[in-house]
Amino acid sequence: MSPDPAHGTPPGTPAAPPAHGSALSPGLGPEAHVMVGNADLFVNWARKSSLWYLLFATACCGIELMQAGASRYDLDRFGAVFRATPRQSDLMLVAGTITHKMADRVKRLYEQMPEPKYVIAMGSCANTGGPFYKDSYCVVKGVDLLIPVDVYIPGCPPRPEALIDGIMSLQKIIMRKKNFGAKA
Amino acid sequence: MEALVLFDTLKGKFGDAVVELQGEGCTPAFVVVASASVKEIARFLRDDPALSFDSLMCLSGVDYKEKFAVAYHLYSMKHRHAIGMKAFLPRETPSLPTVDDVWPAANFHEREAFDLFGIVFEGSKDLRRILLPEDWEGHPLRKDYKYPDFYHGIKV
Repeated sequence: MSPDPAHGTPPGTPAAPPAHGSALSPGLGPEAHVMVGNADLFVNWARKSSLWYLLFATACCGIELMQAGASRYDLDRFGAVFRATPRQSDLMLVAGTITHKMADRVKRLYEQMPEPKYVIAMGSCANTGGPFYKDSYCVVKGVDLLIPVDVYIPGCPPRPEALIDGIMSLQKIIMRKKNFGAKA
Repeated sequence: MEALVLFDTLKGKFGDAVVELQGEGCTPAFVVVASASVKEIARFLRDDPALSFDSLMCLSGVDYKEKFAVAYHLYSMKHRHAIGMKAFLPRETPSLPTVDDVWPAANFHEREAFDLFGIVFEGSKDLRRILLPEDWEGHPLRKDYKYPDFYHGIKV
């Protein structure tokens, strides 16, 4: 690319020697154009850096989730912003108690998300049913009975720091994924 | 108005349909009434100027093992007095007239009592389950309720 495309050198005229860089990349060093690396690394880096999460809060964990998304803890700095539709989401943060009445909706929302998709079970209720484990007819005993879960965050509810740690754990999991060639 | 005075007023007007006064001195005391007369008594409690119980604070179902009960908590914004009304129901056929045309707020409470206890409110304008899914079997707050093993393929 010419350093000044609007007033480029007319064809045929000998080009003036560039001030910096080589003939291959006038104005810039060659390292700016070639990046040797692993395609998985690049794709995974892109995915982990834009984990858009579905707004899905069913109980008090949702309050902590809102805190984590607000200015003090600021999930945006991880590239994690909330989406109000599953069709734009990469990550389902199950924040709260899931009842049997809600279970069908959880499954449907998960199925509406595009691949690749990840699930974080936030708090005791989403992990195991929590305080409703022993004697409840209406609470699902863990969201992993419905959908596959990548990261479990303990706590009742977990503090925003714990949620951020969970998202960073998911980022580490994403960086280990193999997307091309033989599946690991 | 004192609970005893109110009880005597009701007793004078409805006779045997008003059974007894429970928990006198408590807040509120409960007037036990016959379940078939609930609607007439409720309407009188609301419309009589000396009583004017214009607010149904709560309507709950109760399971006493051998019988059910429906408890009404009433309050008068005008006179600032409260009273409870209670109707006992046989366990086999737990049904009584609705009061949702007396206090429209009764509808959601009656739906809850129907959902969790299976108490039928005759003449209700909309008696459906309110908390549990439409296809749920049984009424979970009954003392003899047996938990299902699975619901839609998920272990309960």
